[in-house]
Amino acid sequence: MLNFLSGGAKRHDAKHYPGFGLIGVLFFIFLYLPILVMIAYSFNSNKIVSVWQGFSLKWYFSALQNDGLMSAVRVSLTVATVATVLATLIAISAALVLSRGKDVKGAKLSETVINLPLMLPEIVFAVAILILFSQLGVQNGLLKLILAHTCFCIPFAFLPIRARLQGMHTNFEQAAQDLYAPPWVAFKRITLPLIMPGIFAGAMLSFVISMDDFITSNIVSGGGATTLPVYIFSLVKQGVSPELNAISTLIIAISLLLVTPCWLIAERNRDASL
Amino acid sequence: MNKNLLGLAPAYLVMLVLMIIPLLIVVDVAFMTSDPYGGFKQVFSLESFQQILYNVDWDDNLVLNLQYLKIIGRTLLLSAITALICVCIAFPVAYYISRQSASRKTVLLYLVTLPFWVSMVVRVYAWVLILSNDGVLESGLRLFGLVDDMDSLLYNNGAMLVGMVYSYIPLMILPIYASIEKLDINLIEAANDLYSNRLKTLYRIILPLSKPGIVAGAILVFVPCLGTVLEPMLLGGGKTMMMGNLIQNQFTISRNWSFGASLALVLLAIVLIFLMLQALRAKRVQAGEV
Repeated sequence: MLNFLSGGAKRHDAKHYPGFGLIGVLFFIFLYLPILVMIAYSFNSNKIVSVWQGFSLKWYFSALQNDGLMSAVRVSLTVATVATVLATLIAISAALVLSRGKDVKGAKLSETVINLPLMLPEIVFAVAILILFSQLGVQNGLLKLILAHTCFCIPFAFLPIRARLQGMHTNFEQAAQDLYAPPWVAFKRITLPLIMPGIFAGAMLSFVISMDDFITSNIVSGGGATTLPVYIFSLVKQGVSPELNAISTLIIAISLLLVTPCWLIAERNRDASL
Repeated sequence: MNKNLLGLAPAYLVMLVLMIIPLLIVVDVAFMTSDPYGGFKQVFSLESFQQILYNVDWDDNLVLNLQYLKIIGRTLLLSAITALICVCIAFPVAYYISRQSASRKTVLLYLVTLPFWVSMVVRVYAWVLILSNDGVLESGLRLFGLVDDMDSLLYNNGAMLVGMVYSYIPLMILPIYASIEKLDINLIEAANDLYSNRLKTLYRIILPLSKPGIVAGAILVFVPCLGTVLEPMLLGGGKTMMMGNLIQNQFTISRNWSFGASLALVLLAIVLIFLMLQALRAKRVQAGEV
């Protein structure tokens, strides 16, 4: 145990700081204990959340039969899918111009404009777009959510694609050009496959950001479109409940199932590129 | 038509219509008169900015009202304390991770980033579950006979701080870790060979060299804290508001859009000042002055 805390460092190692290992372990407990407690209590059969009675899956069954929850899941999936596709397409096109275009003017300005959503506090963006929609008379809740989410997902899709394009040699693309490949064929056969990891990472990031968004969705939603985080928030406002624990556990499980393979792929790619 | 322009056009179009124009409308609304029936009227006034500082009493006199200034002050203070706590925890943790073997590093970094992929609402809810009246913590303590009955641990500044540190600390660990990794480890050996003790090495070598990471992390934590909404709404109470939920309330409960817009501009100004200071610093560092 002591060996684990010090990370196997020798006592006389100057680079070893006693106590840092303990802080590290306490930190990971702090990071994971709340989530683990919540998962554990989702299996509690007692209606009173904090008093343990026995193991039961009944809250999961009642969660899956909850119509409000299912409709929120549908709205969130629709919005996240459409916003991710739109944001990724826009980001690919912008990233290609900024890293491969010939004599692009104001590249710095363009990057700033694309990254605007990252600089602004989200609540300010949410309020601004709410006023815009009300001035324009946009009523459709789903449309409002898709437009807002597309906007703030663009930088998250853009950054990994741009990084991939910048970190990549242009040898293959030049070879294709030298061999008289038409630009479209060169793009489809050479550039696109090479930037695929960046596109995948960007799309994944956009999807998660959209699924997780609360601030903007909470202000903009209405008109019959409630996203999953907004729905969960309304449940939390009513107080803790065992069903809420089950819903939260399901969401965590799904995030893990989505993120872990992506992480593994990214790790493998990084090792391969070294 | 220029191919470059065509490729950038969609991005510009989205940002212009959904971001820049709406921001200009916010500026416009902030200088309009609020409509008591919700929304605003197209009449120029500075009323909404005046409302941040003053109340108007029955005789139309201005009475200083510290309520909103207090909320702005609390927002700045709590965000700064959050950033400070995050630095104090994140630095040892980042250093600890950097001393591990390569495979262990990857796993630990994965564990640091993982909560970030879990819905924010769910993570804040986990703390509601723990801290609420008759919550997990209270029942646990009662089980061991440590307490009889205690006041709710929710709805105060402390609960909000815990929630904010919990939500944003990965943003502090990653940049600090990156700058510790870049640090030439031979310098620590050299300091040791020259009879510097660990504490001195920490203050004279490691901390100064990881300063860029600490500053970047502090900005990454401090700025989103200023506009945070979930923690004050779920862990704080009506008496412990922050700017984020104050602004939101103007558009939901109070329906005072002009006032909300002017508060949003104040928040935006505060954020921009800090981002500009950071950019200036980065420039000075790049020029080699610091």
